[in-house]
Amino acid sequence: MSKLVDKEIVAKKMPSRIIRNQIFKGLFFLSTLFGLLVLGVLFYRIITQGIGYIDLDFFQNFASRRPENAGIKAAFIGTIWLMVVVAPVSLILGVGTAIYLEEYAKKNKFTSFIKLNISNLAGVPSIVFGLLGLTIFVRAMALERSVLAAGLTMSLLVLPVIIVASQEAIRSVPKELREASFAMGATKWQTVLKVVLPASIPGILTGGILALSRAIGETAPLIVIGIPMFVAFLPKTIMDTFTVLPMQIYNWTSRPQAEFQDLAAAGILVMLVLLIVMNSIAVFIRNHFQKRY
Amino acid sequence: MNVTLLKSQSKQIENTQTTHIEKQFVYKTTDLNLWYGSTHALKNINLDLHENEVTAIIGPSGCGKSTYIKTLNRMIEMVPGVKTSGEIQYRGRNILDKSYGVEDLRTQVGMVFQKPNPFPKSIYENIAYGPKIHGIKNKKVLDEIVEKSLRGAAIWDEVKDRLKENAYGLSGGQQQRLCIARCLAIEPDVILMDEPTSALDPISTLKVEELIQELKNDFSIIIVTHNMQQAARISDRTAFFLSGEVVEYRDTTTIFSNPTDKRTEDYISGRFG
Repeated sequence: MSKLVDKEIVAKKMPSRIIRNQIFKGLFFLSTLFGLLVLGVLFYRIITQGIGYIDLDFFQNFASRRPENAGIKAAFIGTIWLMVVVAPVSLILGVGTAIYLEEYAKKNKFTSFIKLNISNLAGVPSIVFGLLGLTIFVRAMALERSVLAAGLTMSLLVLPVIIVASQEAIRSVPKELREASFAMGATKWQTVLKVVLPASIPGILTGGILALSRAIGETAPLIVIGIPMFVAFLPKTIMDTFTVLPMQIYNWTSRPQAEFQDLAAAGILVMLVLLIVMNSIAVFIRNHFQKRY
Repeated sequence: MNVTLLKSQSKQIENTQTTHIEKQFVYKTTDLNLWYGSTHALKNINLDLHENEVTAIIGPSGCGKSTYIKTLNRMIEMVPGVKTSGEIQYRGRNILDKSYGVEDLRTQVGMVFQKPNPFPKSIYENIAYGPKIHGIKNKKVLDEIVEKSLRGAAIWDEVKDRLKENAYGLSGGQQQRLCIARCLAIEPDVILMDEPTSALDPISTLKVEELIQELKNDFSIIIVTHNMQQAARISDRTAFFLSGEVVEYRDTTTIFSNPTDKRTEDYISGRFG
């Protein structure tokens, strides 16, 4: 039998193939290195600048015109207030929507159109959600610049992310498990509550926490709805006005004095720690509660 | 296939008097047609299934046997775009009628699937799931149901010391018997089995087959199988499906020893399928 694969060509091509492999490996490594370096520089600057300001006073003082007295009490507590509104509203609405779309809605063109649009909404710039919140919550519903108005606006912002993550988690539950439940005469709700949700809760929580950490860092929608940057009191009810960490940081970075820049760095540090803690919880949940099928 | 062997294995089917015939049938299928979109999957099925017997449904892949058994507890409705016509009477009521509550039907008609599908819960919780969703909350009663069901599925001795462990720790064969036990826990009238041993090794298969033999005293069993020897071993009656039609339906001894239809003969003698 005649041979079609010319061994000579193969041998000739061999070194260049291997070199090309090495080149691409190097290129991809450099891409990774670029991101890491920038991130490293950022961390270094923030830490060296801000670490000196982080003490108990920093958490106990309100914002002030004098940098040595300024703290993040209003912003830190305000962020927690915001989360108290955003977490339940967005999780209940988001998971509810995901359950409806995956379990109850008929699989037709209209449903897939809605699903596609929800995925697209996740990519809409946050400032657009701010305008929506301004029109609906602040003006039409006359909630003013309250924790509630800001919380509802932020909930709208993170809803698409939570819906998409929950849908994926629900979809990953094998259909055999649903069949087993239905075949015993369980209703759809019983099946969702006892079979689908327990199996998908790690994915839902992971997505939820990641979405919440996005809400913590967002500034644009809050600027649009007019949340103040300088607040020297704590909200007493969800109808009071307030401020949040990224707003406070934004305020400080726009001041000319160098001390305020350092304060901003300290604020960023606090926010980063908060985000890292939340993301770690998400990772922990994913790894710890993951079930095999 | 060794016909004389099959003859000796199978049992005598009692002939019953016509006056009792209504009680004898669990299912009466009349002119059942089923379409998946434009595909005509079941064509004019007329099949009456008997009480306290094992009815086997055999046929090559794609002949509609799984479709038919899934119609009996309306699990087929989970497939989008399914349309049916005709009638299936279960104990005298048409289950294809929309007024027949599907939850009610499935409480009477249990199902065991091709692939073992225990819940990712403990062995105990797997069995207690059915009674719980039907409102049985008393712990003592649940304990009794769990033991009775596991004994009924001949798996009690293997799992009695590890009821709190996850069901995924069991072997494939044990998982399938657990699924049968889970099915028994709601005390159904009929048990549908869709190729229950196709994912199991020969020893596990044997255990499940023995179990089916015991279960038929208390339940009516309808089993879809790829395996003709299995149908011959365990069933009282056999229906042969081909391209969505029932070619032949009679007692297992006769169909395997003396099939009337040429296609049945070709299939059971291994000439196709």
